[in-house]
Amino acid sequence: MTARDSPWNVAFSRLAGDRAAMASLIGLFLIVLACALAPFYARFVAHSDPFRPNLDGSIVVGGHTEDILQAAQNPLHLGSAPIGPTWGGQYLLGADGQGRDVAARLLYGGRNSLLIAGAATVICLFLAAVVGIVAGFLGGWVDQVFSRLLDILWAFPVYLLAISLSVVLISSSLHIGPITLGANSLLLPIGIIGIVYVPYVARPVRGHVLTLAQSDFVLAATGLGVPNRRILVRDILPNVAPTLIVFAPLVMALNLLTESALSFLQIGVQPPAASWGTIIADGQTLIYSRPLVAVAPGLAIIATVLCLNVLGDGLRDALDPRAKLRVRA
Amino acid sequence: MLHPALGDQPIPAVRLTFALLLSLLTCTGHAEAPDRAALMRAHRGGELHLTAYQPAGTIDPQINYIADFWQIYFVTQDGLVTFRKAEGADGLQIVPDLAEALPDITDDGRTYTFHLRQNLKFSTGQPITVADVVASYRRMFKVLGPNVGSWYNIIVGADGCLKNPATCTLDGGVVGDPAAGTVTIHLTHADSEFAQKIALPFASILPADTPPHDLGTTPPAATGPYMIQSYDPVRDMVLVRNPYFHQWSEAAQPDGFADRIHYRYGLQAESEVSAVENGSQDWMSDPPPLDRLAEIGGSYTSLAHIHPLLAYYYLMLNTRLPPFDKVEARRAMAFAVNRKVTVNLYGGPALGTPICQLLPKGLAGYAPYCPYTKNPGEAWSAPDLAQARALVKASGTAGMKVTIVCSDREVERAMGVYLQSVLSDIGYDASVHSISYNIRDPYMENSSNHVQVGLTDWYQDYPSPSDFLNVLLSCASFHPGSDASINMSEFCDPAIDADMQQAMTTALTDLNAANTQWTAIDRKLTDLAPLVTLFQINKLDLVSARVGHFRSSPLFHFIFSEAWVR
Repeated sequence: MTARDSPWNVAFSRLAGDRAAMASLIGLFLIVLACALAPFYARFVAHSDPFRPNLDGSIVVGGHTEDILQAAQNPLHLGSAPIGPTWGGQYLLGADGQGRDVAARLLYGGRNSLLIAGAATVICLFLAAVVGIVAGFLGGWVDQVFSRLLDILWAFPVYLLAISLSVVLISSSLHIGPITLGANSLLLPIGIIGIVYVPYVARPVRGHVLTLAQSDFVLAATGLGVPNRRILVRDILPNVAPTLIVFAPLVMALNLLTESALSFLQIGVQPPAASWGTIIADGQTLIYSRPLVAVAPGLAIIATVLCLNVLGDGLRDALDPRAKLRVRA
Repeated sequence: MLHPALGDQPIPAVRLTFALLLSLLTCTGHAEAPDRAALMRAHRGGELHLTAYQPAGTIDPQINYIADFWQIYFVTQDGLVTFRKAEGADGLQIVPDLAEALPDITDDGRTYTFHLRQNLKFSTGQPITVADVVASYRRMFKVLGPNVGSWYNIIVGADGCLKNPATCTLDGGVVGDPAAGTVTIHLTHADSEFAQKIALPFASILPADTPPHDLGTTPPAATGPYMIQSYDPVRDMVLVRNPYFHQWSEAAQPDGFADRIHYRYGLQAESEVSAVENGSQDWMSDPPPLDRLAEIGGSYTSLAHIHPLLAYYYLMLNTRLPPFDKVEARRAMAFAVNRKVTVNLYGGPALGTPICQLLPKGLAGYAPYCPYTKNPGEAWSAPDLAQARALVKASGTAGMKVTIVCSDREVERAMGVYLQSVLSDIGYDASVHSISYNIRDPYMENSSNHVQVGLTDWYQDYPSPSDFLNVLLSCASFHPGSDASINMSEFCDPAIDADMQQAMTTALTDLNAANTQWTAIDRKLTDLAPLVTLFQINKLDLVSARVGHFRSSPLFHFIFSEAWVR
């Protein structure tokens, strides 16, 4: 086998040939780039602080000064609504109920949503890999202990577990020795979301490792007296890696949805910070008068999850040799 | 403390003025008396459809402390006295109900003698007797109603009842004379507000054989024009006419127009608005969502009724925790809050009026006072951030961490986020912590939770200055570590406590002098700023087009018996 024919190169070339996967990758890159540029946008384009209420402010639109929070024009003077989309630099997508620039918050919210989803994915895959590989390879009582722990975790509906943990930890903060994680810490949702999906990845990893442990090359290495640690690192992990890579975008998509749900329920990212979930929650009360406040982050979530799922499919096709055989057949 | 189901709403100045004038000009129910029989002939019958997202718990009138069900008790239950079923200031007037007349008060205000009306019956057909009255007062203690320890503990024998509720006799406290048809209540000391306290549903008269425990979903025997026929907290409540009711006092308990009242639960507020607009429901208990207000104010003006309430939103500032243990820090907060913004977040100027002081407009003793504004005087005009920042600097508390607690209801959460920005603006490291509305007050009331600043509201139980000043800020209202410590600010000033006791004593003999004293106390407390009042609340009732003769009591709001549907 030449270097050009290595499994990874083959996988990369397959992925590069998958137009849908590449389009998703580009889309994802653009979303991440836009969110990364949030401070630039807020400062130089929107000219606003996306975290500070601006309920008594005003802006000039088309030569006219308009209040950010506009009193409803009706005989009873009932109700008020934030300014709608200006389609200009300031308040491109309008303001939310606190008079903050929705577009700027959308980008800042994306940073938090993607950061939480991404970090939780890393934690989830790391824990799942450790648990799955150790349990599957060592077997015996180690496998029994890890498997039962996974069973216990799996017994809870994911959202119920995440909501329960969030409510408790956000209400009372997390105290670990001298370290205290308050309600505003992003580490809380990252940790919670990172843990709840571990069984969903660890299980298939463990199954894969069980098969690998009985394969000829592993048995041969064991027979030759190769230490377990070396077998795990040199023989097992490289074979499990494609599974983890395929899981990565799919788990990240699930994490993004979970983070949005928790934040929507006000037990994720805490104000005045934003995530796409909190912006939807903010827009819920404006759904009749300013629907874009809720629709815009919703569309952002849909686009991101769609990209991640299509990319996940592409990675699976690229890394699964049997899939290739099926195609060739 | 009376918790309403949810927010409420307001009114344009012109309409409010008109409503107040109208109430002053017409008021008394007596003016309508000659026409009422004709109105009853023309409009009696039909079914009134009410809706709420959720019910309000037990239907035991001696236990339930929620405004939604007090509205129900207002037309099903009666006490010896009650508040007149009328709009405006007349609705604050005490009138005889099951008693023939207002009580004879003797013994320096410590003895109240009532003459029970004759020939009245419960909805079960049993006659209402002196024994029922005595038993009802005992039952208040046996079921340990929410306020027996604070409102009714001055009845002779109450101490023993509070210690051993099951064996409560109120011996020597509530004495019935069946032959004379009188009930005499002896107090340990005079209380100028006792008549108001027994006009509330806790002092409803029930049959003597009513079980001495929470009735839960079992309807109590009624005395008013309606009785609860069934109550399913998951689905609905049905009220039908009380077959044994006959109108004995139009002021106290007028006959109802509708034959039946159906109270349905489960609709979200959004759906409730649509249901009332299209006429499938006649009235919604919950406040309309903010996003529907413009629609109501624009397209459904004839369905909207707005009334000022003796209620306000306020910030409790914990006077025993930094930074608000310093009066300068508290005053800084009072100067910094833009009350106009909080009103807008609540639904616009029609639904709230900015205030600075602790006594709401419309209450005895109220005299306009606002030191916490640009151009201090009688009314709030604008925040004074420069003054606020200077006070924070002077207090030496700048940079401290402050967490504001608010409920998760959309309006309060929005106000919480805004107030967090205000705290940041004046120099604090602020964060906001929203909690379930269901635990908002108990959480803030419990000193173990160390709440520094919290957003909440207060609705009067009965129309007296003491129900605001004494209840919210007296030393006796603070109970460390308790979920039932209404004095959330943990404020205690013995000198002001003494002033309040003096005002309550003065009220026994000279109401005007007492009101003057309350005015002075209001100013003292406002200056010390243990609370920062934000705005006085106006209530928006949305009723369907087919509902006529809508009447709203300032205490109990929509009077169901007064509305007709045909």
